[in-house]
Amino acid sequence: MSYYEVIKRTEGLDTDGLFHSISRHEIERALASEVLSQAGFVATLSQEAEKYLELAAAKAREITLKHFGKTIQLYTPIYIANYCDNRCLYCGFKADNAFQRKKLGLDEVKKEAEFISSTGLRSILVLTGDSRSESPVSYIKDCVKILKEYFSSIAIEVYALTEEEYRELISEGVDGLTIYQETYDEKLYETLHPSGPKRDFLFRLDAPERGAMAGMRNVNIGTLLGLASWRREIFLMGLHAKYLQDAYPDVEIGISIPRLRPHAGDFKPGFEVSDRNIVQIITALRLFMPRLGIAVSTREDPILRENIMPLGVTRMSAGSTTCVGGHTRIINDHDRPQFEISDERSVEEIRSLLERRGYQPVLKDWMKI
Amino acid sequence: MEDILKIGDRSIKNRLFIGTGKFSSYSLMKKALEASQAEVVTVALRRVDDTSKTDNILDYIPKGCILMANTSGARNADEAVRIARLAKASGGGNWIKIEVIADNKYLLPDNMETLKATEILVKEGFVVLPYMSPDLSMARRLADAGAAAVMPLGSPIGSNRGVKTRELIEIMVREIKAPVIVDAGIGKPSDACECMEMGCAAVLINTAIAIASDPVNIASSFNMAVKAGRLAYLSGIPFGFMQPSASSPLTGFLREE
Amino acid sequence: MKVKINGKYEEVGSTLNITGLLISKGLSCERVVVEHNRRIIPKEEIGAIALKEDDDLEIVSFVGGG
Repeated sequence: MSYYEVIKRTEGLDTDGLFHSISRHEIERALASEVLSQAGFVATLSQEAEKYLELAAAKAREITLKHFGKTIQLYTPIYIANYCDNRCLYCGFKADNAFQRKKLGLDEVKKEAEFISSTGLRSILVLTGDSRSESPVSYIKDCVKILKEYFSSIAIEVYALTEEEYRELISEGVDGLTIYQETYDEKLYETLHPSGPKRDFLFRLDAPERGAMAGMRNVNIGTLLGLASWRREIFLMGLHAKYLQDAYPDVEIGISIPRLRPHAGDFKPGFEVSDRNIVQIITALRLFMPRLGIAVSTREDPILRENIMPLGVTRMSAGSTTCVGGHTRIINDHDRPQFEISDERSVEEIRSLLERRGYQPVLKDWMKI
Repeated sequence: MEDILKIGDRSIKNRLFIGTGKFSSYSLMKKALEASQAEVVTVALRRVDDTSKTDNILDYIPKGCILMANTSGARNADEAVRIARLAKASGGGNWIKIEVIADNKYLLPDNMETLKATEILVKEGFVVLPYMSPDLSMARRLADAGAAAVMPLGSPIGSNRGVKTRELIEIMVREIKAPVIVDAGIGKPSDACECMEMGCAAVLINTAIAIASDPVNIASSFNMAVKAGRLAYLSGIPFGFMQPSASSPLTGFLREE
Repeated sequence: MKVKINGKYEEVGSTLNITGLLISKGLSCERVVVEHNRRIIPKEEIGAIALKEDDDLEIVSFVGGG
């Protein structure tokens, strides 16, 4: 079974019509029920439910407190390479963009690791572009060998791998997999990914499941907001998360809801997603899946990040850079970030902010024994 | 659309299952079974004694009922399998309620041995309904092994204490695709109704009917309670709704947009 | 000869078969099932099986149970 079968079943469904036809009664029913059904999830994502945002937020906050307490896990991305064979229209690393590409040497990886760990962080997300020739699995493994000396949790956000490759990385010390579908609309997906290995919709869609089968402790999925109508995207991402959680109850499933940010190139997001929409998305997801991990990155600005924190967020990035080696190298004109970040505060600043707000910043959630 | 419970290749309309133990006589039991309109009836297998010469319980079970033998008396998987095979040879059909109890103090089931017996009997073509302590992981394993339903206890056998395991059973109902049938502990019709409102597929009642002053009428009231609970579940039970307050402490920051 | 019936040794006639044993106990073949040395005897075979010393028999039937 693949999640693709679930998507196929929704193909004939007029989801936009559905989100517009939800009645107040259906929303009230959903908000009053203890566990949200799939229909309740649709109701809380509907247009009409915008009127119930405060109520949904109160409920989402209560559920989040019950399940996670007043804690936020902190992590930071480490970009180790930006070579890329894809031409994803929305991405700063796409192959068409001519700039000086970089791949960290192992000594540079060590330097970055030393710096990041000096900020107190023990959880790290390793990123590469999609190039099997420039950053092969063997290279990622070599980097992980170094990183595991400094970090208790290592997640990867790289090109889609086979189950066997995920197993290899897990045996090397990787415990988390982050891989975004970007969009669940297969046709749009093809348009946005004109060439390169990422063009294979199904191979990407099944990657989180392969990771779960291989034994990842955490699997994070996501859809890139702004590419398509967000209600349908979030609905399908929510069902994807639910599908994974049901099929692999021993894996912690998480989601991210990145909004498109400015980057090198001329791609303009076709669908605006407002802060109000983000609040609705987070609360609906929390009500639908009480144990779901929800990450908010430094793509979002400080005010929004602070205000949505109590509504369901469990993980935040801090002290981020989207440049290869950006933690320790001096960034000059020919360096390119994957996208621009909005929250430029340091790890220390984020930690003290969380503490002021009565939250415990969790730097290390677990360790391998 | 008619509300049908499918188990094995059988379609069941009445979600009240009845056990035949502890009645003061077979003829009274027969009247209670008729009043309940139950379609699934459990029986046990025992070594013959003097009563075996005269009365055959099967003569007192209404025609058309699905007979489900239990493996009571089994203390481990091997004994349960042995009893199941004997029950089938006795003409009891291929429905089997696995009941493995190695604890004489509380009569609580042994889930591990129950799983072993389930695995064996499913392969032999039995329609297996394991009686179990409500445990999600075990229910998953049982369902994966091919159990036709899972039957968590509401409270210990014969205790008539009601659905004390409600939280755990609710989780099973939510997560397990196989029918969840509450077996044991149900003391009164309102307990049975509660199970059905929660979304359980059926309930199995024995003691509460058998030891009532009037087993026939209480059987009939259980029938009504199960139907009422099922209908309520299918109707979407309304919950209390909290009105939003005028202030917006959590989303007020959005106003500046 | 001695055979074990439902866990207890009993003295029975040396030429008895299972059908004979059931009749002597007032039991109907239709209502009980017999396990002979751990093997369940199909109803149609029951007349053909002779007993011998130390055979182990379980004779069971349905009773009320939940």
